[in-house]
Amino acid sequence: MIALFWICALVAIASGIWTISSRQPVHSVVGLIVNFAALAVLFLTLNADFLAMMQIIIYAGAILVLFLFVIALLTIGAQPIEQGPGRLAFQAAPSVVAGLAALLVMSAGLRVAWSQSASAPVLDLGSVATFGQQLLTTHVFAFEVTAFILLIAIVGVILMAGRKELRF
Amino acid sequence: MPQVPLNLYLELSAVLFIIGVIGFLLRRNPITMLMAIELMWNAGNLAFIAFARNFIDMSGQVFAFLVITVAAAEAAIALAIVVMVFRRRENADVDDISVMRG
Repeated sequence: MIALFWICALVAIASGIWTISSRQPVHSVVGLIVNFAALAVLFLTLNADFLAMMQIIIYAGAILVLFLFVIALLTIGAQPIEQGPGRLAFQAAPSVVAGLAALLVMSAGLRVAWSQSASAPVLDLGSVATFGQQLLTTHVFAFEVTAFILLIAIVGVILMAGRKELRF
Repeated sequence: MPQVPLNLYLELSAVLFIIGVIGFLLRRNPITMLMAIELMWNAGNLAFIAFARNFIDMSGQVFAFLVITVAAAEAAIALAIVVMVFRRRENADVDDISVMRG
């Protein structure tokens, strides 16, 4: 279990760095897919079977395909971004330093707060039956709010990216 | 089979979140910045699910599911904005997009 965790953690970190460091957006999408797959395996080790499936289906299957469509449609004839130094190039080094300082603070806090080991495994914690029962009874209000958020997102996307004659 | 302690998952979540933050600050392509945001969503999800596993409580997993849904809505809206920016301008460097109503 611990070996699987370390393999997936290293794959996730390496693919995350690949995602943010590659110049081509398509390469970033490939790195992000690898990252999501490693995270899905980590979800499986945490008894979250249903969420591991959702991670693959929704993230790798739907959201990243959306990214790929936008990249393929928009950037094919456009001039490449990030050629040469930008206007705010002096912000690069401070942002890396600030990020690493934030990581130091977070990991120090985690080391103080959460040092006990995990409890015994529960077999049906994240199964589809348990998950659905919790989602539709205890958390049904959050579930309905989610549906409303998706409706607002659909309306907003149609308004913004729809045909020009539909502009209000 | 020895269990992985919770703080390892939380450390990994913190590292992935910081990778997303640094990517968001460093990159100038709006699509790559959105992917850095997706990295941050997933780091948060990993922490939620690790806590749900530790406390044997399904609320963390349900909330991670809601986070996935909100991330999908966010990606759709942000990509629509990127489509509009690319339609109006040749160069979509976010350092140059400082004026609204383009």
